[in-house]
Formats: sequence, structure tokens, C-alpha cells
Amino acid sequence: VGGEPVNVVLRRVGQLAIVLFVVTVLTTLLFSLLPGDLAEVSIPFGSDEQRAALREDLGLNEPLPVQYGRWLGHFVKGDLGDFYRQGNVTSVRERVKATAPVSLELMLYAQILALAFAIPLGIFTARRAGSLPDKSINTTAYGLLAVPEFVLGLILAYVVGVELKWLPPQGFVRWNVDLGEHLRSMVLPAVSLAIGQVAVYMRLLRTDLVATLQQDFILMAKSKGISERRVMWRHALRPSSLTLLTAAGLNVGTLIGGTIIIERVFNLDGMGHLIFEAINERQIAALQSLIALVAAGYVVVNFLVDILYAVLDPRIRRA
Amino acid sequence: VPDADRTDTGIALEQPMHGGEHNVSVATNAAVVAATLPSAIGGVDVARSKRLGIMGWFAMVWLGLVVLMALVPGLFPVTDLHSRSLDAITNDSFGPSLAHPLGLDVSGYDLLTRIVYGARASLLVSVGAIVFAMLIGGTLGLIAGYFRGIIDTILTGILNILLAMPFLVLALAFVAVLATGDNVSYAKRVSVVLLSVGIASIPPLARITRANTLAWSEREFVLAARLQGAKNRRIIWRDVLPNVMPAMFSIALLGIGLIIIIEGGLALLGAGVPATIDTPSWGNILASMSPQLFLGKPWGVFAASLAIFLTVLSLNYLGDVVRARFDVRESVL
Repeated sequence: VGGEPVNVVLRRVGQLAIVLFVVTVLTTLLFSLLPGDLAEVSIPFGSDEQRAALREDLGLNEPLPVQYGRWLGHFVKGDLGDFYRQGNVTSVRERVKATAPVSLELMLYAQILALAFAIPLGIFTARRAGSLPDKSINTTAYGLLAVPEFVLGLILAYVVGVELKWLPPQGFVRWNVDLGEHLRSMVLPAVSLAIGQVAVYMRLLRTDLVATLQQDFILMAKSKGISERRVMWRHALRPSSLTLLTAAGLNVGTLIGGTIIIERVFNLDGMGHLIFEAINERQIAALQSLIALVAAGYVVVNFLVDILYAVLDPRIRRA
Repeated sequence: VPDADRTDTGIALEQPMHGGEHNVSVATNAAVVAATLPSAIGGVDVARSKRLGIMGWFAMVWLGLVVLMALVPGLFPVTDLHSRSLDAITNDSFGPSLAHPLGLDVSGYDLLTRIVYGARASLLVSVGAIVFAMLIGGTLGLIAGYFRGIIDTILTGILNILLAMPFLVLALAFVAVLATGDNVSYAKRVSVVLLSVGIASIPPLARITRANTLAWSEREFVLAARLQGAKNRRIIWRDVLPNVMPAMFSIALLGIGLIIIIEGGLALLGAGVPATIDTPSWGNILASMSPQLFLGKPWGVFAASLAIFLTVLSLNYLGDVVRARFDVRESVL
């Protein structure tokens, strides 16, 4: 740790590049391990000419480094390959354009919900540390950590969607079609993703606040006659924002994994659904691009959180 | 232990402690890491006690039952995996009853039987993956933490790159490439699932082992052993490893729970233990029964969810007890 901020950023960019390189090389290697002919697997119903064209396009007849170079060239230009189905070919890029917003919206809603519940709960429990409400909330959070999001999702879908019929148990409406229905269709998936995160953020914030509240500057603020609410929100909560940011960054991986699965559970037409289709229909070339894309997204978000963290925290900036 | 990159109990060791300011940021990091662990319910005594307590005994008994299910399913009140209740289908009644305490699935198979037999595949994948990761990751961590220097720098660099990878997606890719298709045998599919999850668990386990090894190999008794002329291998084996074991063990317990959950996730994505009548796993019961839930027949999902929840909760709790009992965190910091 240390060095000028610029150096830190440069080092992180270097690390980012290495990770992206390794991930994409690994996937290329992995897909070259595939038994059988990749073109045959992807378009078993196609004609010999079509397969030959695909082989040529992917560089399957060339050595691996050339194959990788060709794939990377396509990928960087935004050519993610095609989905082959009998009678039609759709470009993966178009599918990603249609599905990625769904996944991103879902992750965003889940994150907002999680923080909206975790922050008040964290403050509430920290102020009453050791009391009965504190203990029961903590015990509940502990239990929730053992509930996978898909279990939560399925049970919510059954109780709220199928039995009570309050919300649609499955399916998805775009926000530009009907905003109200869009939000209604997103409630259950977002809540199922958020609850586990609430538990994590809340416990983190509680621990953090309990420690902060014992510091001298809090006593100082209180003795100046500043209201308890103001001390909590303006003085005590502030240092914890960095902790929450770090935790949110660390959570990105869990969130991506959770989103892919939750999309399956609620039948949302997002990236997770696309990956599932690619696996099920053995669309290997498409799958390779999709995996690289998700991996890149994951690595880049982590990188951005790191940078943001360094920018926000004066201690790191100066160190 | 894919998510355990944030469960590095010894992260504070990786940075030297300088001035006061620096200490604060190191402490925050450690706190962040700690809070994402089930144990870190702050200092609140959910699982901080060094004794087992009632919860702990519950956890032990349940896990004991699960192990028995996996080893000798016949001990439990189960029917044959192939026997179906056709009455249930004609009467359209699949809910729990005296004869079928967890209900029946839509084809008329007893769910208790499927859950009991499913324990084997779920445990095989999760315990197998963790044992594999402990052997490799533990060895790497011990070597890096004990010898330090260039070996440590290289290994840590590689581990950091591996930790930055999205694990679930890569596991999916492994299974999709190496073990999907019509002619893939059950054994092959299960071993590919086990290995891909196991490989992903290596980096976090290696990191935790390394951090703990760093701390323990600083201690006087290691120096004493060295001065007496003990060889490195002996010191690692006799002095360092026994002290690092509790930390590895408690993370391993959490990891097994996490992988049981991941097996369920993979099954929902069509990349888990294949769902056939003979090869139930908790994940594939949940996945294959989930469409039925939307048709008002939730029993299959409920049964599998309950088994997963109780097992993961028990593993989390016991992991915490081990940690508290051996003062893992305290001894490292």
C-alpha cells in the first residue's frame, strides 16, 4: 500500500489488465479442451459449408495463440459471436443488449433495497447494543446468512406470488412498457437478492458504529449539545461509509452469481438466462464471449470500487 | 470457499503496522472482512461462546444425522428410490402425511426418501471439494507463509489474480464444457462439478493458511525448534501446522456450507449433479421441483430448502464455535 495516488491507479490498471488476460486465456484454453469439433457441437444441424465457415471464423484450424488473438480481436470490436438455432442465427451482441439492462436493473434495485434496510437497522441495533431487540435482530440476521437467495426467492414466490397473489410470481415487464408493472415484477427478485446483503451490511455497520460511538470526537460532539440524531447521522455514520463501500465492492461477485440464479428462478430475461440458454444449447462460442463479458464486468467493478475507495479515504490518499 | 476471499481472518497481517493513521485503515479492512463472516455478528454472543451450548448440540446432532444419511440411508424410514405412490397422483394429494412426512413429488416419489438419499451427493461434492482445496491450498499457504521471500511474492500474486475471478461463472463454464451432453456418465459429471468448485476454493483457503502461518512461524517455539537444528519440514509439520489447523478447519466448515448452496445454484442452472431417479442431490431435488412450486405444489422445494438451511446453519455455527474456542482471530491479530 502507498505511493502517489497516480501510482496506485496505475498499479491497479496493470493488475486489471493481467486479470482480464488470464481470464480470457483460461476460457479459450478451456473451450479448446472440449471433446469433439466445436463447429459440429455448435451447429449440428448446419451444412458442411456453414461449419467450415464457422471454423474459419473462429480460427479453429489455427494454433491456439492465433485462435485467442482472433477471438480477442472480435471481442474488443464488440463482436461476441452468434447464437445458432435451426433456421435462424442471432448475434450474441443483440441478445446482450436486450438482456444486460435487466440484470443491471435487478442488481441496482437489490443494492438500493439492501442499503435502505441495512443502514437504519444498523443504527437501531448499534444504539441499543446488547438489548433484546438488538439480540433478536442479530440472531435473525445470522439465520438469514444460511438461507441461499434462491431458496428465499422460491419461498417468496410461492407465498407472496402463488398463495397470496399479491405480486406476479414470475416473469418480467420492461420499465418503458409499464413502469408500475415493471416495479411489481422486480420486487420479489430484488428482495430475495437483497435480504442476504441486508444481513451482511447491517452487521458490519453495527460493529463499526459501536466502535465509533466510543470515540472521543463523539463525546465531544455530544458535549457541544448537538442532538443525538445529528451526531449519529453526521458524525458517527460518516467513517462507516467507507466500510460499507468496501463491503459493497467485495459483494459484487456474490451479487453477480446471485443475479444469474435469481433470473432463472423468476424467469427474467437477463444475462443469467442467456448464459443458461448457451449452456443448455451448447452454444460454445457464445458462451465463451458471455463468460469473458461477465468476468470483465466483475473485475472492472472491483477495480472501480478500489479506486473510489482510494479517492474517498484521505488516509489512503495520503499514505 | 468461493466467497471466503473476504473471510481472511488474518488480513491485518499482510500489511505492516506503521503509524496510528495506518492502523485505523488496517483495522477497518479487518473489520470489513470479519463482518462478512457469519461469526462476526459483532461481539454479540450469537456464537461467541466457547462451549457448544444447546445450538451447538443441535448442530452436531443434525450434522451427525446428515452424515448417517449419506453413509447408511437404510437406517432412516425410507422407501425404495424407485417406489412410487400412484394414489397420490390419482388423488392429486402430494402434501405431507403420516406415511410421507415431507410429502411426495409430482411423480409420486417420497420426498423424505429422496432427501435422505440426496445427502450423499450433496456431501460428496461439498466435502470432496473442500478436502481437495485444503490439501492444495493449505500446502501452498504453508509454503508461502513459512518461507516468505520470492516464493511468497509469486504465490500471493497468483492467488490474488485467482481471487479476482468470478467463480460461479467459471465453474459453470467448466461443467458446460467438460461434462454436458448426452453421453456424460454420472461419475464424470459429479467429479467435474466437485473439481471445478474445489479449484475455486483453493485461493481463499491458501490465503487464510498463509496469513496464519505467517503469524505462527514468528513465534518463539518455532525459533527454538530452528535453533535446535530441526529441519524446515519438521517445523512446518510439527510446530506450525497444528496451530494453523483450527483456522483452516473453521473456514472449511463454512466452505462446506457454501458449496452445498452452490451445488443448488448450479443445479438450478442445469450444471449440477444430474437429476435422475437414482441420483438425487439436495440441489437437483430443489431445481427439478421448482417449476412445480409455481403450480401450487411446493413440497419438493420446501423439503430440499429445509435440508440445505439446517445443514448450512449448523456448519456456520460450528465453524464459529471452533473459531471462538481456539481464539483463531485473536491469536492471529
